[in-house]
Amino acid sequence: MLQKRIIICLDVRDGKTTKGVQFTGNVDIGDPVSMAREYYRQGVDELVFYDITASAEGRGIMIDVVRKVAEQIFIPFSVGGGIGSARDMREVLLAGAEKISINSQAVLKPHLIEEGASLFGSQCIVLGMDAKKDAEMPNGYRVVINGGRTSTDLDALEWAQTAESLGAGEIVLNSIDADGTKQGYELAVTRLISEQVGIPVVASGGAGEPRHLADVLTEGKADAALIASMVHYGQCTVPEIKTALRNMNIPVRPVD
Amino acid sequence: MKVGIVDYNSGNLRSVELALAHLGVDYLVSQNPRMLADADRLVFPGVGEARAAMSVLAELGLDDLIKNFAASGKPLLGICLGCQILMENSEERATKCLGIFPGEVRRFESKAGFKVPHMGWNQVFHKNRHPIFSGIPDGASFYFVHSYYVQCGDEPLEIAATDYVVPFTSGVAKENVVAFQFHPEKSGKHGLKLLENFFSISEF
Repeated sequence: MLQKRIIICLDVRDGKTTKGVQFTGNVDIGDPVSMAREYYRQGVDELVFYDITASAEGRGIMIDVVRKVAEQIFIPFSVGGGIGSARDMREVLLAGAEKISINSQAVLKPHLIEEGASLFGSQCIVLGMDAKKDAEMPNGYRVVINGGRTSTDLDALEWAQTAESLGAGEIVLNSIDADGTKQGYELAVTRLISEQVGIPVVASGGAGEPRHLADVLTEGKADAALIASMVHYGQCTVPEIKTALRNMNIPVRPVD
Repeated sequence: MKVGIVDYNSGNLRSVELALAHLGVDYLVSQNPRMLADADRLVFPGVGEARAAMSVLAELGLDDLIKNFAASGKPLLGICLGCQILMENSEERATKCLGIFPGEVRRFESKAGFKVPHMGWNQVFHKNRHPIFSGIPDGASFYFVHSYYVQCGDEPLEIAATDYVVPFTSGVAKENVVAFQFHPEKSGKHGLKLLENFFSISEF
């Protein structure tokens, strides 16, 4: 049967993996290429790299990281952050990434989703989305951009459905409220969106222990769970997480 | 040994190239049928839409190249869309394919609890024992991304099956031609082993 994917996210700034809490204050935690190699060895199913550098110089460093990762690990990985044109997408794909993740830029320029899907195929266009609880919105969640700093007028569910119709092949749904708390994913928003779109939904934000992954993969109806600090600080290894999930009857790919 | 990778503007060939480079395989990526015909083994990858792919193949003269290569007895490996195009027909915009294998390509029907595309790691069960699975456990997982699936019309040619919405053909082989729906180049250790087997088997 199709297994639930465990995806590790690495935020990269100036060529170094970094981790922040609720988008404030980042600390460098290592070399993304060697971290990727180690997680690949441990049996992670997929990786995501977010380029959180704003400068053009940082962009070049990121492409170099992507190239090195692609030469050494043979599982899918996506790259996001600062991708604002078809040209940026091509550059990342040619460096060896499997998918491109667009977030704020997709909100500002929705045609990017359509353009990317028609040029490279829906399977490689991932919509990254940051959602924040907001009772004023029709379905209870508002899309925020620029790492949570800027509010939009978009309802999270409606935006997910729009992105699907424009050709996105997958959604990475990050809860701004849960992100960095390690208290568990926001199950309600994950379930709301996963049940209403036909494409896979990856849950993001809030993972602190394997139980949280199990909850979002069952109750939250997510197709995959994204984790970061749980593994970056040596609290858990991928095999430990997978064993725990298997013991909770979640189908996961065995570690080779 | 020189390996040709068929480039027909269908998706990203980079990951296939990188996996071959990792295995130390000497390869060339080309759209030129004459250059590819000289290769010792051929890899026919691809991601995308069947009808558009068939029209580009025809335009470049690569449809005949693939048919001739298959008939030549030299090993040919189809991956994902490449696998589907080796079948007779695809439901995707009612496309006539190359017909190297008897079989049809159908769209996954919508069913509660099953997202389309079928995206992620799924188990591949061996059928009709094939040496390309040497060293790979039965039921090992490989990475899939597709919205259409193959149904091979000739059971003895089916070398692997996978379950998603329905049981479907995830691997087929007929003499020197082998094809898979999943992406061995993105399937970790087992995927690399399968590619290595393809390049090292001397007699298909």
